[in-house]
Amino acid sequence: MSANTAISRRVRRPRARRVPLAIAVVALILVAIFVLAAAAPWIAPFDPTRQTLVMRLKPPGTMTAAGQIYLFGTDDLGRDLLSRVLFGAQISLAVATLSVLVSTLVGVTLGMIAAWSRGSVEVIVMRSVDIMLSIPAVLLAVLTVAVLGPGFFKLILVLGLTRWPRYTRVAFGQTLQIATLPYVKAAELAGAGTARILFRHVLPNIAGPLLVVATAEFGLMILFEAGLSFLGLGIQPPAPSWGSIMSVGRQYVERAWWIVTFPGGCLFLLVLSVNVLGDWLRDRLDPQARVR
Amino acid sequence: MLRYVAGRLLQAVIAVFGVLTIVFVVMRFSGDPTLLLVPEGASQDYIDALRTQLGFDRPVIVQYLDYLRSLAHLDFGVSVVQRIPAIDIVAARIPHTVLLAAGALFVAIGIGVPVGVAMAVWRGGLMERLLAALVLTGQSMPTFLSGIFLILVFGVMLGWLPTSGADDFKALILPSIALGALSMSTFARMARISIVDELAKDYVRAGRARGLSLPGIVWRHVLRNAAIPLITIAALEIGNLLAGAVIVETVFAWPGIGQLAIQSIQSRDFLVVQVIVLLISFAYVITSLLADVAYAVIDPRIRLAR
Repeated sequence: MSANTAISRRVRRPRARRVPLAIAVVALILVAIFVLAAAAPWIAPFDPTRQTLVMRLKPPGTMTAAGQIYLFGTDDLGRDLLSRVLFGAQISLAVATLSVLVSTLVGVTLGMIAAWSRGSVEVIVMRSVDIMLSIPAVLLAVLTVAVLGPGFFKLILVLGLTRWPRYTRVAFGQTLQIATLPYVKAAELAGAGTARILFRHVLPNIAGPLLVVATAEFGLMILFEAGLSFLGLGIQPPAPSWGSIMSVGRQYVERAWWIVTFPGGCLFLLVLSVNVLGDWLRDRLDPQARVR
Repeated sequence: MLRYVAGRLLQAVIAVFGVLTIVFVVMRFSGDPTLLLVPEGASQDYIDALRTQLGFDRPVIVQYLDYLRSLAHLDFGVSVVQRIPAIDIVAARIPHTVLLAAGALFVAIGIGVPVGVAMAVWRGGLMERLLAALVLTGQSMPTFLSGIFLILVFGVMLGWLPTSGADDFKALILPSIALGALSMSTFARMARISIVDELAKDYVRAGRARGLSLPGIVWRHVLRNAAIPLITIAALEIGNLLAGAVIVETVFAWPGIGQLAIQSIQSRDFLVVQVIVLLISFAYVITSLLADVAYAVIDPRIRLAR
């Protein structure tokens, strides 16, 4: 990078503290999706699994005899699509949140330990990272879920345990830098144990870049859950995962465009918002990010 | 140079071993791998016989060494469903997947790189914002969603293109776009970054000072220098495209190895699944090895860096 840009960046910095409008909008969308998902049991107009076969494949806006309206239409079994999309948001967000927690916990711990102990521990951990990253993640998840069989917690474990290497890489690199700082040495000399140094003194100082990874991974996890459920390997029917709703929608795409469009649109909006927020966080928090 | 290649080769061999080990371990997650290999409703006698025949009653370490030995002899096992070698079943599907991945790569590079160049050249303008929105869309749109939307618009509403199967060349168009969209965003982002880097260099300013036009400089000098990082991306993307084919082939009923993987999971033919996972992972390892070597050949700074 030329000296020119370095200077202009430093000068521009104070202005960057204002939150841009686009970020405010996507943050609002994310909050709205979380709130709607949490409130699904109270705001969903129908039971998401109740079948009404006479009302199957009705377009959005169809009224029932009792005067209730199917705002998003109905699916192939006459279930209300809006209610299913609302409850589907719960599944999507729960799987993504929990699997990100699992992989953060595993990945960050391994990365910090590898950087702290160096030597053979470092070699084993970082080699494993390279190896894990040389299998395409989708494929590893598909194989593992297929072997283990479907299920909510199995899915979280599989996603969590296949996606830790990225956190390990970042935690490793960051810890290496932090570990040389005087305050860490001071804590060590004061008699703090390894766990205390890593979690109380190092972790808070590497949290920024880790948050950047976690945000990107959160978006990916949403896509993975939807993709696996789409393939019939994730959340099983009749539970209303967006992915499994869309797989039904694929079959009926010629007669009922709404089945795939509504959950698909929500999925897209959610992932788009997470990605926009992630890019912004990376520019703000990751010192190595290429800000341009 | 030789030393760099040798080191990188060793790394690839370790990665291959790691992949083999992970797949071996995952196949045993369920407890008894025999149960993964028998058709639904098999009798207990048959299960016991198969367990002994496949050696799953022996110590795990013996099984592991045996597994490595047969793979070294290119023996991938026999499909328990179709009773022919699993590799033959997979091999018959490979051309379709290669064709699809090539189509997707064509879409990704053909659209992604020009978009990235345009974003870099018109940096800060309205054009960049519009293209950034396109890139972000490609990045946030899961392949099964873009696939179904493409089917809805071009197959159902407009009726221009076939939506499933692989009967003629036109059938390749929609799956390629769906599969290539994500890579297109990656190429666009990388092309933009590396061209912005290049544009800031002195030779560009020198060229401008001598009165050369900006498009001329970009075309003749900047693009060539910026192309180097894109080679690595292209290689890594080939692996991602092969893995992404699992979903896209299912959406479009495209008869490649991705669709075969899902069909084999449904029919509990796990040896076939294992072959597919190993093949795609090997392809991934090999393409990234080739990319690194190519990179070192083109750019001496890489191989000389210590």
